[in-house]
Amino acid sequence: MVSLLINGKQQEVDIAADTPLLWVLRDHVGLTGTKYGCGIAACGACTVLVDGQPVRSCITPASSVSGKKITTIEGLSPEHKHPVQQAWIAEDVPQCGYCQSGQILSAVALLSAKPKPSDQDIDNAMSGVLCRCGTYVRIRRAIKKAAALMAKEV
Amino acid sequence: MNTSLNLNRREFLKVSALAGGGLLIGLYLPGRLEAAANPATAEFTPNAFLRVAPDNTVTVIVKHLEMGQGVYTGLPTIVADELDADWSQIRVESAPADAARYGNLAWGGTSQGTGGSTSVNNSWEQLRRAGATARAMLINAAAQNWKVNASTLRAENGFVIDAKNNRRTSYGELASLAATLPPPADVPLKSPKQWKYIGKHVPRTDSADKSSGKAVYASDVRLPGMLTALVARPPLFGARARSFNATAVKMMPGVKAVIAIPQGVAVVATDFWSAKQARDALQVEWDDSAAEKRSSDELLAQYRELARKPGAVAHRAGDVAYGLKDAAKKIEATFEFPYLAHAAMEPLSCVVRLGDNACEVWAGSQQQTLDQATAARIAGLKPEQVTIHTLLAGGSFGRHANPTADYVSEGVEVAKATRALNAPIRLLWTREDDMRGGYYRPLYVHTISAGLDKRGRPLAWQHRIVGQSILAGTMFGSGIKDGIDFTSVEGAANLPYTIPNMLVDLHTTQAGVPVLWWRSVGSTHTAFSTEVMINELAVAARQDPVAFRRALLKDHPRHRAVLDLAARKSGWDKPLPKGRWRGVAVHESFNSYVAEVAEISIADGKPKVERVVCAVDCGVAVNPDMVRAQMESGIIFGLSAALYGEITIKDGQVVQSNYHDYPILRINETPDIEVHIVPSKATPTGVGEPGVPPIAPAVANAVFAATGKPVRRLPIRI
Repeated sequence: MVSLLINGKQQEVDIAADTPLLWVLRDHVGLTGTKYGCGIAACGACTVLVDGQPVRSCITPASSVSGKKITTIEGLSPEHKHPVQQAWIAEDVPQCGYCQSGQILSAVALLSAKPKPSDQDIDNAMSGVLCRCGTYVRIRRAIKKAAALMAKEV
Repeated sequence: MNTSLNLNRREFLKVSALAGGGLLIGLYLPGRLEAAANPATAEFTPNAFLRVAPDNTVTVIVKHLEMGQGVYTGLPTIVADELDADWSQIRVESAPADAARYGNLAWGGTSQGTGGSTSVNNSWEQLRRAGATARAMLINAAAQNWKVNASTLRAENGFVIDAKNNRRTSYGELASLAATLPPPADVPLKSPKQWKYIGKHVPRTDSADKSSGKAVYASDVRLPGMLTALVARPPLFGARARSFNATAVKMMPGVKAVIAIPQGVAVVATDFWSAKQARDALQVEWDDSAAEKRSSDELLAQYRELARKPGAVAHRAGDVAYGLKDAAKKIEATFEFPYLAHAAMEPLSCVVRLGDNACEVWAGSQQQTLDQATAARIAGLKPEQVTIHTLLAGGSFGRHANPTADYVSEGVEVAKATRALNAPIRLLWTREDDMRGGYYRPLYVHTISAGLDKRGRPLAWQHRIVGQSILAGTMFGSGIKDGIDFTSVEGAANLPYTIPNMLVDLHTTQAGVPVLWWRSVGSTHTAFSTEVMINELAVAARQDPVAFRRALLKDHPRHRAVLDLAARKSGWDKPLPKGRWRGVAVHESFNSYVAEVAEISIADGKPKVERVVCAVDCGVAVNPDMVRAQMESGIIFGLSAALYGEITIKDGQVVQSNYHDYPILRINETPDIEVHIVPSKATPTGVGEPGVPPIAPAVANAVFAATGKPVRRLPIRI
């Protein structure tokens, strides 16, 4: 039994201790917004936030994040109202959409560390999250838009 | 806006209850449920493509797979415009498998499917008529209600308006009456000047769901009692399982079955991780007596040999031998192209529920008719007993449109082999399965011999292509005529440049590596060899590469127009800063015309693409922002192949396995991209693929400009 705090909700899951967080989320908790892309932390599709830091859930044993605050795409905002999501929608970033949960959570982590990211900051923070459709041009624009939205909110 | 699935009401309730609420909110279809609950307030379903509900929603039924290219937005745009709906009313639903109603008209209308950048093109007239007919019926319903002549009424933003009497009524209010009226035989379509959405900015219908984790892909489907299957496939293409340690693996936690299927050995367990652990512990002895054991290097060597001999003629004009003999200057070049994996972000997956007289398949189905027929054949059912739920695909790039319906076949085989478990089966492929599973863009060798006359004009062009056929041995085999699979030579056999003596011929090779179309198909290689060669000829003739091409494109104004536009917007005539070089390429594929100018620098002995300027002519740009998005997408996809893409095979085994050794472009390697659209009144043509072909040759030509050495193989190595 592993106890996990997912999107503000305490959950007890009966799993083998080495089960990756990704599969606990997808198969045991039913949060399928977090995607499997590679299983070896090479694509970033499975990115979630653990205590605000981006983590590749596909190689993170669920037992290692017990007691920490886990945020998935479903927990970001109830009605996709997070400024990053708003910017993503305004720029029509997604194409197939499969990598976008990982992209968005990586961008959220970037903006909480660097509210006004430079192009270099964006490249550094986002280069580990692959998009086969090639939405990168719009991701850059959306991150800048989100930064502006967040600056306005403060 | 909701992106919906075609789950029926019972299914919807079941699935959402299982998922614990919120997760599948994206499926909620208020109008549909209301109608289902109360047949008396029947919705207005004037045709197979749209439904107007009493709650004033308009649901557009999309017959094509949404895999990122934007059909859930582009096709509803066409309907909404002719219907005079308000964009906020529009909902989207995927069509059921039904070839009679939803066949792809570009393929003769007998088979439902998505590919060849045909979605907008084959739907254009069909959806305009669907929208216009519904609008006419709604106006007729209002006329009947108000007892006025229909010609005194007009429609706007989801309302029928009676201006004379200063009143209006919504489409929702008219739905049930309109449903009882006969559809008019012929309705006028709008003139381009009347378009409200076509050619303007309309936001995607799926951005919100895809930005909030609500979008549902096949791998996300959860059904009561569902089990997860992973299949161990042979390490060599064509090998078969001889024996395996079923007993030991079956005792592992969560494992329900370990069973042979034609494709390999299936491990069925309660969840992915249990299935994965079990498959890792599985030991299979393979019979590889009939397997392909050659390496890609051996294939390349054999192809180079073959390229010395004449092949089957795909195109002939004049006398190429005479032209080459008479040439003042000659260039001979060999081009090499590796196998390529599609590597979509979502590995292949499907969910299958097999009953005694019914089979349901949830998949990012790209060939519904084929998937349905294949599932029926394996399950021993009639096609009409198979329901295909077409979900979103997490990319495809051609991989889901496999003539063997490979992943759906596997899912149904596992469901059939485990029928005793009475459980729906979720088949998942790991990334390694996906990368090593074959169905690659074929390996090709091209040779081109070309000659210039004394004035630097091309006199002769002999182009030979060597590689496997995508169509051979498939249900599309009739596409091979006189030994020519058109997908092997498209883009080469129809070279637009005026050259008096031409010969394009083909050697179709046999190899056990399964091959398939890969975003832009033949043009993935023909655009490269032709556009690199024409550039080499321009340089040999001491002419500007744009001017040289222009002179040879007199009979091809649409090629010329995109070339001119890209050149102008890129500042082709202006000098570049130190350390920057540029290259250009122009290519038509799927009846769309694209030119791209790539600007590069060289860092650490590798080209870095700094800026790409793209010009596209795709006829009417139904949704210009999505045309731009698809060009951006095609350029980045093409850059991955140009700079990295390579599947190699060693003694029959695929060497690469995941994104670490089959890299794709990252954000920090992504150039600035500008897209310019040529204004056009021509019937719209596709944009999903045509952005890909010109980018690799444009970059190669820039590298040539930088180093003076021509680039003749992909991926590019300096």
